Amino acid sequence: MIELEHVSKVFADGTKAVDDVSFIVQEGELCVLLGPSGCGKTTTMKMINRLVSLTEGRILLNGTNVLDFEETELRKQIGYAIQEIGLFPHMTVGENIEVVPELRGWPKAKRRERAAELLQMVKLPAEFIDRYPKELSGGQRQRVGVARALGADPEVLLMDEPFGAIDPITRVDLQNEFLRIQQDIRKTIVFVTHDIYEAIKMGDKIALMNGGRLIQFDSPFNILFQPQDSFVQDFVGRDRALKGLQLIRVKEVMRCSPLTARWDESVEALKGRLPNDEGIEEIPVVDDSGGFLGYIDISLVQTGTVGEHLGHHQVKASIDSVLDEALSIMLSCERKTLAILDHDNRLKGLLSFGDIQRALGEADRSGARP
Amino acid sequence: MFETWEYLLRHPDVVTTWAVDHLIIIAFAITISSIIGIAVGIFISVPGREALADSVLYLAEIVMTIPSMALFGLLMLILGGLGLSSIGFLPAVIALIVYGQLPILRNTHIAIKSVDPHMIEAGRGMGMSPWQILFKVELPLSLPVILAGLRNSIVLLIGITAIAALIGAGGLGVPIFRGLRNARMDLIIIGGVTVSIFALIIDGFMSLLERWITPRGLKQG
Amino acid sequence: MKRQVVLITFLAILLGITVWVTGQGKIGIYSTFTWEQILYCSWSHLKMVVVAVAIGTIIGVPLGVLVTRPGFTRLAIPVIGGANIGQTIPSLAVIAIMAPLLGFGFNSAIVALFIYGLLPIVRNSFTSIRNIDPAIIEAAKGMGMSRGQIARRIELPLARPVIMTGIRVSTVITVGTAELAVLVGGAGLGKITLTGVFARETLIILQGAAPTAAMAIILGFILETFEDWMTPRGLKIDKQK
Repeated sequence: MIELEHVSKVFADGTKAVDDVSFIVQEGELCVLLGPSGCGKTTTMKMINRLVSLTEGRILLNGTNVLDFEETELRKQIGYAIQEIGLFPHMTVGENIEVVPELRGWPKAKRRERAAELLQMVKLPAEFIDRYPKELSGGQRQRVGVARALGADPEVLLMDEPFGAIDPITRVDLQNEFLRIQQDIRKTIVFVTHDIYEAIKMGDKIALMNGGRLIQFDSPFNILFQPQDSFVQDFVGRDRALKGLQLIRVKEVMRCSPLTARWDESVEALKGRLPNDEGIEEIPVVDDSGGFLGYIDISLVQTGTVGEHLGHHQVKASIDSVLDEALSIMLSCERKTLAILDHDNRLKGLLSFGDIQRALGEADRSGARP
Repeated sequence: MFETWEYLLRHPDVVTTWAVDHLIIIAFAITISSIIGIAVGIFISVPGREALADSVLYLAEIVMTIPSMALFGLLMLILGGLGLSSIGFLPAVIALIVYGQLPILRNTHIAIKSVDPHMIEAGRGMGMSPWQILFKVELPLSLPVILAGLRNSIVLLIGITAIAALIGAGGLGVPIFRGLRNARMDLIIIGGVTVSIFALIIDGFMSLLERWITPRGLKQG
Repeated sequence: MKRQVVLITFLAILLGITVWVTGQGKIGIYSTFTWEQILYCSWSHLKMVVVAVAIGTIIGVPLGVLVTRPGFTRLAIPVIGGANIGQTIPSLAVIAIMAPLLGFGFNSAIVALFIYGLLPIVRNSFTSIRNIDPAIIEAAKGMGMSRGQIARRIELPLARPVIMTGIRVSTVITVGTAELAVLVGGAGLGKITLTGVFARETLIILQGAAPTAAMAIILGFILETFEDWMTPRGLKIDKQK
């Protein structure tokens, strides 16, 4: 756990880079320091591992003041990854990763094993362990940077725009992988970025800073839908509804027991079952065991069995998915209803365009999750 | 020390002659050397001529390892054989032209090669011919580095000219050698200090020139 | 490969010239120097170069590195500027001025050679550290390396090759400059060369000059190999993908 209490930093020339910042990063949480250039986020992070000295306030690492540690000892316990990566060019990938373990006295065999393990974790081929940074691409080097930060299995990680210097496609890849890794290892992480999309995607908590001050410390959802002031609102952007889509899971919004049609039903029988005033058009069709088969556009057909008029069976989403994916499918397939399936392809719920609108509208109005 | 001033005051004309001779030789040599050096430097920097560039630069490097007196001697032999004046001005200037090549060549080559290819592309896209690109884009951008090469060259040549006094070329080497031979400290100091001051002044002046010429956008820091 | 061929050819030519001239025994009214004399002069020449470069290294490397350290960076300009002056002043002047200052002799020559050859060593020592990507140092600091560990494990291996280059350049320059050392009482191959100059006998000039050039090339080659050996592998490899 990392606690910052009334932390301030004034530089020699008088600039107050960090002004009375306080927040707590719980164990296992990923806290994003977000803000425009020059807002003090990097300076704040660097005070945690004392690369920058504190002017006021204190920082506690698991209850102990960081000043009570010996400087280099403190840093050896904290993983550190920066935007420019800073891989040591005269060492192999393996040697780079093994640096902190070696500084901490791990035996050679254990170090080697750890390096191989980490390479696997960041999805790099095992033989890279003997390659030199010069031979790697930007994205590969950044992965090595992450692996190196995890070298001695620290509890805490400090990351300063670690995915900043690479192309957007590789960056998304790395972000996804990092989230996956974090799910497994649950480190306490402080992550600096200026990219709000990255912050919303990666963070359990966001500390939004401006001009050295902490403006709002909250969950991504609340930063989007319960902004404290106009700065937050503006920073988040006018498309906050779209940004919020990735924060809401499909299962929070879908209807759980929707009206379904059976494939062997007759169209007339189905029409007879329909509630009169709802203007339903697209009805999901299931088989005897509840498996999803497709849709029937009831307003377009009059006779025959349901099975004869099946269509759009590819318009579906998994119950684990998030709203942005669901909306995207609906938009590109030009459909208004989306079948939500479990892992066995059975229909679990139905999501309509209107459902999404209502959920986001509610969030925007009251700041409440659906 | 006292003797030095004495000599200076008594023979200002002689001292001036030495200084002037020295400068004339340098002026000649550096002018011709630069023209050749820059021209060849441009020539070998055309893309596709890397192998040629390597060879030419390597050749120039090797030439530099030839001690100056050896080159003088060689030239005296050759010129004598050709029936030309084999001592004094001619062999000295020729040797200087040869020695002045490497810094100028190398710097011209490096400077042109390091012009951002994007700028050349932009020039081509705008419809400039290769000659126009050379004169409007590459050379102006390379100027500071070429000037640095020129500076190195001049300083080098000032030094070698002093040695050329041995083969009768005159210049500030004369008092130095005479002083060394006859243990006349005043002559040594006059020659040595004057030529040093020359070198330092010209070096300083060219540094300022470089800085003045560097387009503002390129200045570092 | 091509470089080595050229080098060896050139060396062979130089050697050939020396052998031929020495073999002549007599040119015009002068006798050529004997092999003994040539070897003796080469040896003293080598001694001067080695001593001067050694002193230059012992003083220049720590000096160049010192002015990269925080607190001393203000001294960088005067130090490097000072060394620069040492090389801007014509070598002949540097050597000649030793006469009134220190008198004649081996030591005067060494001092002159030291002054003239210092710049490459100091400057390269300075830039070798300055040119290290600051991100690398920051990463090392952030990982918990102490100042000493950073210096030993990061800065030194990365700076070594550049420093070595400086020493090599200085050596090659000093071989050339040492030719004039004889003027202030240092010995060396300059003795032979100058004799030829005064006698206006080009071949005797060559007898001195060829071994000098050869020495410059050989020493340069040896040091270049050493330099190569010192370069960490990671810095040499071209990107293979």
